[in-house]
Amino acid sequence: MNLTLKVWRQSGPDDDGRLVRYEIEDVSPDMSFLEMLDVLNERLILAGDDPVAFDHDCREGICGMCSMMIDGVAHGPQKNTTTCQLHMRHYKDGDTIVIEPWRARPFPVVKDLVVDRSAFDRIIQAGGFISVPAGSAPDAHATPVPKLDADDAFDAATCIGCGACVAACPNGSASLFTAAKITHLGLLPQGQPERGSRARAMVEQMDEEGFGGCTNTGECTAVCPKGIPLDTIARMNADYLKASRKSG
Amino acid sequence: MRRYLAFLYVTATIDRGKATEPVTQVPSRPRRSRRRVSSNSLKAVMAVSGAVLVFFLVAHMAGNLKIFAGAESFNGYAAWLREVGYPLLPHRGVLTLLEVGLVVAIAAHMYSAIVLARRAAHARPVKYAARVKSRADGYATRTMRWGGVIIFFFVIYHLLDMTFGVTNPEGHDATPFARMVAGFEPARWYITVFYVISVVMVGLHLRHGLWSALQTLGLARRYPVLKASAAGVSALLTIGFLVVPLAIAFGVVK
Repeated sequence: MNLTLKVWRQSGPDDDGRLVRYEIEDVSPDMSFLEMLDVLNERLILAGDDPVAFDHDCREGICGMCSMMIDGVAHGPQKNTTTCQLHMRHYKDGDTIVIEPWRARPFPVVKDLVVDRSAFDRIIQAGGFISVPAGSAPDAHATPVPKLDADDAFDAATCIGCGACVAACPNGSASLFTAAKITHLGLLPQGQPERGSRARAMVEQMDEEGFGGCTNTGECTAVCPKGIPLDTIARMNADYLKASRKSG
Repeated sequence: MRRYLAFLYVTATIDRGKATEPVTQVPSRPRRSRRRVSSNSLKAVMAVSGAVLVFFLVAHMAGNLKIFAGAESFNGYAAWLREVGYPLLPHRGVLTLLEVGLVVAIAAHMYSAIVLARRAAHARPVKYAARVKSRADGYATRTMRWGGVIIFFFVIYHLLDMTFGVTNPEGHDATPFARMVAGFEPARWYITVFYVISVVMVGLHLRHGLWSALQTLGLARRYPVLKASAAGVSALLTIGFLVVPLAIAFGVVK
């Protein structure tokens, strides 16, 4: 099939950037979205042009690198998938596809479709951990965890930190990402000692980075490739408010 | 010593080719020195002040519905509001306290909304070129901010009309019943239309606001039930507020 792509090109953080139109021919419906971009890049290189920079790594939906806004939807039209899991069979001949980077002040564009998501790392560094003595591995049955808690914690822990929640949020909020980690650790016994301080530190770091506030639109969870549910944000809010009340 | 035992130490050197060169760091923004109120705290303020306003709306609607019990009942209720607690409390004591509470709640709600809206705008300096498709909640959620602005202007007009009687045909000195009936008389149908639109706007605001407040306070559970309840309560309030002006406009109450 033949497609028209409108791709955001920006040579560096200080460049203004613009949408550039590419006509790409003979796209196989079996290609993944990223393979389609690979083909585009091969042709650009052959033509002596600068290839489109985009992030990717595992190409199996678990690394969270392939961040792209495709026709105004983070990770494209398929639910619960990352861009690399999107296949060209969902498009038809003659389609025009607009591809843009995540848009958020805390995610500055590095080049083309690549954004710097270090802000997420700093949120994790602020409290997304448990301080335990790193000795030998404990016995598996030393700390009992109820099955349902383990399931919910695991669901939250599937967050791959791709940033789609921020990209889709009309407020540019990182609440779903932050809430996923707070929920993951807050549901497990190992996470209890630091539960309050973790919620406070991570929420405040999120603000510090310049992310917007949550207005419960649910746009984040709708595009989340891992389907992180909205109730994680309720847990984050509860933990944060409880910790704030305690220490004023 | 180490020099002689160098063969015991395993050293690894990494040859950094072009591919593994460290990425040039985008300089991080200077940290704000001024400590701001967190967005979560501002949202909590919105939730609590919103809850105050919802309780007010329920009482307000109950009072309005007394119009169907006749002029005496309606005016009597209005007079009682001014005398409740008397002589233990001064005239209008409870009412003034409620009014102050409402003004504080509205001010807190609007202040937080404005700060949060500004932060949200700040968080996305470059808009998407493609129209962003909403994948989640609908109209009620998207109209929270501008709907809130419309509601604010409606409240101002509503106070001028019914409380201060400035724009009311009967004026300030008429009984509450007379003001109400005059306000929505059939000839002033355009005023009634304006009220209907505004009340529907309030209903939409509540449809998202009710469950969203519980979510913000970390109390939200079982979302389908919660959202359905929010929609139900909003619909009830909307209908409860709409029947009174419509009944007058269609001549059921005279």
